[in-house]
Formats: sequence, structure tokens, C-alpha cells
Amino acid sequence: MKRLWILIISGFAVSVSYGQDQEIVLKGKELFGDLSARQIGPALMSGRIIDLEQHPTDDKIIYAGAAGGGVWKSGNGGSSFTPIFDEHAQSIGAITLDPKDPDNTIWVGTGEIWTRNSVSVGDGLYKSTDGGSNWSKIGFENSERISSIKINPNNTAEMYVAVLGALWGDSEERGVYKSNDGGTTWEKIFYINQATGCSDLVMDPTDPNVLYASMWEFRRLPWKFESGGPNSALYKSTDGGKTWNKIHNGYPAGKLGRIAIAVAPSNNKILYSVIESEDESKKGLYRSDDAGASWNHLNSDFGLVVRPFYFSRIVIDPKDPDVVVKAGLFGSISRDGGKTFRNLGNMHADIHDILFDIHNSDRMYVGTDGGVYRSWDGGTTMEIVANMPLSQFYHISVDNAEPYNIYGGLQDNGSWYGPSSSPGGIEARDWNNVGFGDGFRVLRHPTKNIIYSEMQGAQNVWRYDVERNQTKTIQPLPVEGDPKLRFNWNAPMAVSEHQPDRFYMGSQFLHKSDDMGNSWEKISDDLTTNDPAKQNQEESGGLSTDNSGAENHCTIFTIAESPLNENIIWVGTDDGNVQVTRDGGKTWENTIANVPGLPANTWVYHIEASVHGEGIAYAVFDGHANNDKGTYVYKTSDFGQTWTSIATDEIYGFARNIQEDYVSQDLLFLGTEFGLFITINGGKNWSRFTNNMPATAVHFIDLQKQTNDLVMGTHGRGVIIIDDISPLREITQEVLLKDVHFFTSNPTTILEESGFGGGSTERQFVGPNRSRNAKIIYYLKKRHIFGKMAMEVQDMNGNKLIDLGPGKSKGINVVTWNYQIKQPKMAKGKTFTFGGFTSPRVPAGKYKVVFTKGKETYETEIELQADPNSALTAAERQELHETTMKLYNMSQELAYLVYEIDETIAKAEEVAASGKSGGKVTAPIISELNALKETLVITTGDNYVGSADPQLREKLADLYSKVAAGFAKPSPSEMENLKLLESQYNKAKLDFSSIKSKRVGKMTQFLEKNQLPPVALKSFEEFINE
Amino acid sequence: MKLIRSLLILLLATMASAINAQSVDEIVDAYFENTGGKGNWSQLKGIKMNAKLNQGGLEIPLEIVQLADGRTYTKITFQGNVIMQGVFDGETLWNTNFQTMQAEKADAEQTANMKLQTNDFPDSFFNYKNKGYTAELVGTETFDGAETFKVKLVKEPLSIDGQEVEDITYYYFDSEAMVPIAQESDVKQGPQKGSIQQIKISDYQEVEGLYFPFAMTQGVKGGPSQPLMIESIEINPTVDESLFAFPGGQ
Repeated sequence: MKRLWILIISGFAVSVSYGQDQEIVLKGKELFGDLSARQIGPALMSGRIIDLEQHPTDDKIIYAGAAGGGVWKSGNGGSSFTPIFDEHAQSIGAITLDPKDPDNTIWVGTGEIWTRNSVSVGDGLYKSTDGGSNWSKIGFENSERISSIKINPNNTAEMYVAVLGALWGDSEERGVYKSNDGGTTWEKIFYINQATGCSDLVMDPTDPNVLYASMWEFRRLPWKFESGGPNSALYKSTDGGKTWNKIHNGYPAGKLGRIAIAVAPSNNKILYSVIESEDESKKGLYRSDDAGASWNHLNSDFGLVVRPFYFSRIVIDPKDPDVVVKAGLFGSISRDGGKTFRNLGNMHADIHDILFDIHNSDRMYVGTDGGVYRSWDGGTTMEIVANMPLSQFYHISVDNAEPYNIYGGLQDNGSWYGPSSSPGGIEARDWNNVGFGDGFRVLRHPTKNIIYSEMQGAQNVWRYDVERNQTKTIQPLPVEGDPKLRFNWNAPMAVSEHQPDRFYMGSQFLHKSDDMGNSWEKISDDLTTNDPAKQNQEESGGLSTDNSGAENHCTIFTIAESPLNENIIWVGTDDGNVQVTRDGGKTWENTIANVPGLPANTWVYHIEASVHGEGIAYAVFDGHANNDKGTYVYKTSDFGQTWTSIATDEIYGFARNIQEDYVSQDLLFLGTEFGLFITINGGKNWSRFTNNMPATAVHFIDLQKQTNDLVMGTHGRGVIIIDDISPLREITQEVLLKDVHFFTSNPTTILEESGFGGGSTERQFVGPNRSRNAKIIYYLKKRHIFGKMAMEVQDMNGNKLIDLGPGKSKGINVVTWNYQIKQPKMAKGKTFTFGGFTSPRVPAGKYKVVFTKGKETYETEIELQADPNSALTAAERQELHETTMKLYNMSQELAYLVYEIDETIAKAEEVAASGKSGGKVTAPIISELNALKETLVITTGDNYVGSADPQLREKLADLYSKVAAGFAKPSPSEMENLKLLESQYNKAKLDFSSIKSKRVGKMTQFLEKNQLPPVALKSFEEFINE
Repeated sequence: MKLIRSLLILLLATMASAINAQSVDEIVDAYFENTGGKGNWSQLKGIKMNAKLNQGGLEIPLEIVQLADGRTYTKITFQGNVIMQGVFDGETLWNTNFQTMQAEKADAEQTANMKLQTNDFPDSFFNYKNKGYTAELVGTETFDGAETFKVKLVKEPLSIDGQEVEDITYYYFDSEAMVPIAQESDVKQGPQKGSIQQIKISDYQEVEGLYFPFAMTQGVKGGPSQPLMIESIEINPTVDESLFAFPGGQ
């Protein structure tokens, strides 16, 4: 036995020393605890929707798949939607419900299929068996884009998945796959080649062995897009996918591109297809009335042929095969079998999917570049779903206002700015439009109320004078001797921290203006590779020319002026150069050759010039447009003479942006295609941040200097903020070894605001505000489970003010206190006095927070400070506080007085009822005290319109809450009212003591004489704290 | 000696946590074992809790009673006024209306769903198979920084807006302590429908041989939450029977 003890003890000792030698590395939720992100939208312009799906029998249940915002579910017929797929890739290709178990079994194929330049990627097929609460990945890791999932309604174990596949390179994971065991194993049953994927797969509504597959040959490169080729074709199988035959009878000869296909749910002989073809005159809509045996060309209207890579979807009314809707710039509907079309009603442009309600075809849902719209009249009038914050930011920035604003540009949704907090929450109306078209970078002038914004390819760069509501376009223009200026679709701009009027823009040259864009100077030669092979954008598009500017290449993409020295400027190009000047642009050095392990010509997505040293910078490279999904993050400390990788295998997804902390050099934030990653040790380890942070593509990150808020521009879930990341600066090995560690807490300002806010309707998205409360932030080594853990706030003399509910997570916990104490104890009345629900604020100053965990006690201090923008003097604020507390105390004293009266009446009634001869003594007590009480509290009525006239309690409470809730010195009118109430209160006290001495004394004597117990009263303290 | 014993316990606990191959019944059994033993739980006739809820500075005192036969009430006393919420006498579910301060019955559907919970005392997991419930170990997950077993519990289907809906709750059992530290379920009705309701559980303390959580935080996942602080729990309490009946006796 003794031996066993020794073994156990030595084993324990070994494990401890092992623990001490090893560095403690906490990952993800273990580290971040309940530090949580807040998603602030906006939702007013929403974002791109890819796929819409309805439950086959319950028309209230609708699913929407977003381009970068995951899967959303509505249980109320599309009135509102809720996200259900936040932990997984947010780019969605297809959603399908199991026909036999549509309540529970949902399949999601990730990877958007509308292959624009800025499209995100997916990472496989997912399944939920509980209506979307939990998901598991089924496979297709490298599919990148899944276009269709079809399930045999008679045998749901038999299913098909169509993989469109990689957009930017060859891939063998393409074509049609089949499973006969409900998705456990898969067989590739139809494959063309590494460049051709299945863009649409349709199952015959009555015969599940009949399938139609449109195969599409396509390729995107950073500088061009190719749609179509000899391998694009429409196929049919009648044997469950064993054999496939082209069905082109009636199609033009020559190359085809993307093909949309649909079978009429009400008549399986009727098919519609929309083709992209080499022959311009033969593009557009075809109809077959013989299940694809032959096709008739019906229509080549703009709405039918526009941008096939973006709009190849055709949807047929489930009840009427002659009603057809085609996705497109505006969306087109035909009610004559495809002969003629008109546009759908006004809504956001770029329509990607249409859904007819299962019961009523006048009820339609439409997925656009600007969210989900619904119609009750067959698509004539449209209304947006206003609670889906799917906005797709390319870039964001912040200013130094209080509260600070966030600026950014959106895919196809212009440029905007809005506040990080707003009375009543951040509403749609808080956002201000500051640019048209696609929006990208939006920057605030460092000192003036001027905003710079732009649209695609710097076609317009606006300088917006907010106060005058005036714009001027200021993009650099070519001058004598200039070649054509090449601006990226998402053209870089920068403001100087050193010269407020300085403004930079990048084409292939770096342009500098020292007068806010009125005049420009080129401060570099062509900094790109200037590869002519990558500059033929007019040939882009393949069968349908698509020269929108989105493929402009060999351009500057990122500009970073050192915050320490205005002469140090970094420039990164989309064709893989990292250039630096140390003399304000006189000479440039290309440091790309010093970056180890990076494929040539990898897009330089972001350079962060450090505040920690002139030579320090970070560079993030994104190779996904070269079909390379690696994560490339580097740091230099010597102006790029050497670069070191700081990426690890813990990071998931290719990276686009890095943000350094301004205080701790080891704290870095990385935005990737699949979310946010954080390192607290300079890149040795990275952790994914998942607390209320979806796995959405983070395109840009900024750190607001005053608040230490990390602000992210996501491409699919709007702006997401982690309030105050400063605790992460303090995480050291020493901290991680402690049971409890309190982080430094900055003084909290008691903001003197008490205005109105909140005018949104109940279905509109409202972003949550930053908490204004005081924060107590601490680290717990272990999740608290057993034993009491309590937290209270005390004044500096140790008097308890209020209990707080402490967080129990392992990792960082954030507890907030709204610097109020408990509401006053009010006198007992028949109804509520609502003023009595107001809790008074404590004055500015220091407070103790005492935290008990089991037998251990921990203590920290927090500080509250008065609003520096206050209109009150310190003396006035003191008067406000004293008046508030006077009324608070009067209310509590009145409560005690009423309690005394009640107890005395009760005793008197007891005596009266006892049958002894005390009735003579008690009758006047009961009547006089009741009469007095009726002047003190409401004794009749209800809490609504049946309320009785207010009495002293109610009047006191009203004045108390009026004074306590505001931030003004009590007004003369309030003070006069107080005087009146005080005199009433004093009179009441006098009346009571007079009744006591005149009447109650007699009862006391009576009680003594009869050896009955006297009126038993709690002390005031006991009464208040009961 | 005492030190050695605690070291031993610690070591065994560490070893136990390394064993991952848990079945759901092992988890549930360990839960009841660690909180007082099934025998003791089966003796429990009722509990009365005194608690307070803090809602944005407003401290709300609550008295919550749950009895083995499914009867329950929550009593709030404010300014001397008693407000009864979620009162169920086995047949009728009712609440005090805040405007009139009169009792009003909940609708038939809510009442029917409440009735389904009658057999959930002292705990939904208690004899769950006999109740026809199914429990499944879904996997392991880090919750609140702790390693947990995620267990799916399916109870009798609920009726929501006229439709039958599965009643699913996910419990997160701490893998060392083997007690739930959180539960999650879908919000099935109202404007928050589709969101996930999350309850975090902690501060397990002993009351006459049984361990109860004394702190809970309830909210919508990702949104704000409210702490419920339980000040005392009385087991097998004496309660005023008349409090359960719908006033007016209808």
C-alpha cells in the first residue's frame, strides 16, 4: 500500500515538472473564454444569395445559401432568417433537403457557383440530421464548388452530387458523383476532364433515373476569364447515371459555354435550357417539349443571355410549365412558355435564384446581389428581407470619433460608413452611402470631415465633403507621356499619417497628392512585372466577352506608408512584387526575391508597416487566383532584406490581411478565407477565434486605437467587431499559470447620454452596441464548476454595493457592471410604482471588485470617470447625485414607515379578531392608520388604465426616477417639487408618531396587560436587506 | 495524509479524463453518481430555490418551487406585490398579468407542452429510458474552454403552432467533473425562432447530500445573457399547496 502511494506521488511530481518545462499553449476557446465578437451588419443592402430552397410540404420553412454568409433558415415563410451554418465555410453552392426527412436532413454543398472574380471558395459537402443545429462534413474536400445535390425521392439513400470544381486551375474533383448508401461512399460516375465541371444537375420529377447534367468548361486567372469550349455540353442519362448522352438536337454547332437547365415540375417532357454559344445569334433560351430529344430556340433577349457565368439559372413555376423565370441583371419572367419576357419588379440588381412557393406561385422569393426579396404578386413588386447582414466588404477603415465610425466598400453595393455604436443599436438608418457601383476602400481624412471613396477600377474616386454634402472626383488622370494607367478592380488608396492632406493611389505607378487629390505626382516607375501577356482584358470572357475591369492585372494592390517615417512606403502588386522606398519614392527596391517559400507572382494582398520599428513590416500573399490555397504570411525587420514566414499549419484558409497590435509586437490578427486567427506569441502558434465569429472570409482588419476594438470587414457577414482586445496583450506564461488573473482595466467613462433611439421595425436587423459598462476582465485557469463563485462590487471602505454574476469560462472572462446599485426598496402598495424600478448610478471614483471562488478571495479595483464632454460641473454632478440619493433614501424610509403601519394595523386587527376586549383600543388605530396609509401609497386600481391617483410613494418615485435617470443638475422646478414632497413626508411621519403616541400606546398597554406579544418590527437594515 | 489523499484524487481524476471511450450511459450514470447518487435523487420530492435575476441593474427576487409530481411555480415579489409566473398545478398553466395583476391561463398548446415536462423531475436524464427519451453522445467539444461530452437528449415531441416538433436539447458534460456545464436548444417560437437558447450552468453545491447548480446564465447564443444567482435551495420543502391552483378555481 505504501509503495502504491509513493508511485502515485512520484508520478504526480513527474507530471507537474513536465508541465513546468513545457510552454503552456492555449488554443481557441480555451484562451478566448467568453471574449466575444459582435456582428453589427449592416443588413440594409444585405449581400449576394446563391441558392434558395423550400421545405417540400411546410411552406414556412425556407433556406437561403449566401455567397459568403453561410446558410440561413426561415421558419416564418421568409419574414426573417437565422444563420445556421456559422462554423463552416460560408460560401454556399447548393442546399437540398432530404425528400423523405425534410424536417431534419439537410445537405449543403459549399462553394459559390456564380464564378465572379471575388468569389469565395467552399470545402466540401455537409450534412445535418437535426434541422441545421449540428453539421458534419461528408467529403469532397477539394471540390471547391458544389452546384447540385439531388436525391431520389423514392430511395433517399440514392443521391447525386454535381461538382463544378476548381475555378482557377485544373482539378480532377469534378463532374457527377453518386452514392447508393446515403452519402457514406461515393463513385464518380461522370467526368469530362480537369477543366470541365458540372454546373447544373437536374433530376426528372417523376423518374429519378432520368438526369440532366450541364457540363461547363471554364477557367479564371487573375487577368482573364474563359467561359466555354469544346467540352461544354448538355447531357442526359436515363439509367441513373450509368450512361450519358449529349442532347443537342436544335442547338447551334460550335463551342458552347455555360448552360442552365430545368425540367417543368408539372410536366417532365417540358425542358428549358439557356445556352452560351459561339454563334451570337443562337444564344439564349431553348425549349424542349420532348424531354430533350429536340430543342427550339425561343429568345435571345438581353435578360436571357447576360453574363452566363453569373446568371445561368432558369426556374419553372411548379404548377404551370409556361411560367419561367430567368436569373439575370434584373431577372426576367415569361408567362407564355418562354416566347416573351418582362423584367421582375424593382429590387437589387443581379438575380441569382428564384423560388416559387409550393402552394401559391404568386408568392416568390428571389436571391440577389443584395439579399433575399419576396413577392406576393408573382414577382411584380418585391420587398427585401431586412434581417440578413450578408454585406460583402472588400475593405474597411475606422476613424477616431467617439463612437468611432467604420468605413468600407461592398461588392455591388457601393461605399458606406456607419457608427460602431448608436442609441438603440446600430440600425439600417445609421449607415450613410458614400459611393456608387462596387465599393472598395473608403478612407477618412485624418483631420477634416472629408471621406475618400471609389468605385471599380478607380473609374471614380470621390472626395466627399460631408458637411457641404459635395463630391469631387479626383482619380489620377494620365498626363503627357503616360502609358495607359492600370488600376486594379479594387484599386489601392492610402492617406498619410504624417501629412493630413496627402493621399496616395496606385495604378502600375504610385501616385501621390499633397492637396487631397487635386494634383498628382507619380513617385515611382512601373512597380509591377508589367507582363504584356497579362494585359489583354478586352479578350476576357471566353464565348461571352466580359471586360468589366475585374481582370485588370499587373497593378498595385496595397500601399503602406510607415507610421514612423513618411519617407518609408511599401507597395505590393497583384503580380507578386513587394517594393519599398526609404526616400519618399526616389528609389525603390523590389524585395520579393527575399521571400522564402513563396511561388512566383503570388498576389500581394496586404502589407502592414509596423509601429514597432521602421524596418518592420508584415506581408500577406494570396495565391488562390493561381489555384494555390496556401497561407502565406511573412515578417521582416530589416526593410525586406530578409522575410520570415510566421504562418503555421494551425491556420485554415488562404490569408488576405494582417493587423498588428499597436502595443504588443507578439499579438497579431490574421484574416483568412475561413475566419479570424490570432497569435499571442508572434506567430509561433495561431488560434482560430470562433466566439460569435462565423467562418467567413475576413478581407480587412483594423484596430481602433482609442478603444482597442478589432474591426473586421468580412466578405459575407458585414462588419464584425471584437471589443477591446487589450487583455490579449497581457497573456504571458506567468498569467497562464495563475488560477485567477485580473487584467488591467482602463477607467470607464460614465457617458452622460440619455437620448432616444431605436426606430427599426421588428423584422429589421439592428446591430448590438459596444457595452458602455465598466468591465472586469479576468483569466481563469479552469472552468468553474463546483462550489460557490461570487463577485460583488464594494466601495473603497468595503461596503457592498451590488452582486455581479461572474463568468466561469476557462480563459478570458468579461463581466460588466452598469455602475448602478440595486433599485430602492419601495413601500408596499396595491400596484407598482414604475419610477421605483430605476437604479441609481454610483459617482465616479474607484471601486473594489471582490471575487470569491470556493475559499479563495481575489480582489481588483476598477475606476469610473466622469464624462469629459459633460455639461455639468463637478459641483452640479455632486448635487445631482445627492438629490438622487436623497430621494432614494426617502423612498426606502417611506417603505419602512408603511411597513411599520402595516404591521401595526395587522396587530390591531389580530387583537380585534381575538375576541378579547381590545376592540375599543384597536378600532381607531385601524381606521386612522388606514387613512394615513391611503395618502402614502396606492391602495386600489391596477397597473394600466385602471390605476388610482398617485400618492406620496408614487410622487416620490416619479421625481426620483426623473432626477436619477438624467444627466442634468436638478432643476428649480424639481427642487420645489422635492420640497413639497418632503413636507408631505415629514407631515406623514408626524401624523404617524402622533397616532402612535395617542393610539398605539394604548394598544401596547393592552397587549402587555394581556401578556400578548407586542408589534414585532425588523430593524430598518433588516427590512431593506431582506 | 490528507494531502496524499487529495493528490490521489487529483491523479485519478486526471487519469479518468484521459479515458475518452465513454458511452452516454456511463456519462449519465457518472453524473448522478457525482451529484449524490441515484438513490438519493429518487427520494427527492421537491425543491424550493431562492434566487435573483439581474436584468440591466434591476434585481428581481425569485422563489422557484418544483415538485416531483410536476407542479411548479415562480414567485416574484416586487414592491409588496406578488407576481406568479409559470404556475402549473398538473393541469392548468397560468401567470399573473402585469397590467391587471390578475391570473391568466396560458394557451392550450403551452399547457400541453408543460404537461410533458411533468416527468422531468428531478432531472430530464433521470431514468430517461423509462420515459421514452433517447440520449446520444454526439462527440466531444470545447465549451467555455473546458473539454466536454456533447449529449443529445430527445424528449417527447412538443406541439408548436399546431405542429409536432421534436424536443431536442444538447447537454455539455464536463469531461472531468461529469456534470453538465451548459445546455442548448433551438428557440422554437416567437421572433427569436431559429436562434439557439443557451444556458450555462455552474457552482454545483451540496444540499443535504445532493449537488445542485447555484448559478445559471441564460441567453441566446452569441447574444446578451442574464445571470441567475441561486441563494439557497431547500429540499423537500413545505409549500403552500394553494399557490398552485388557478385563482378562481376554474
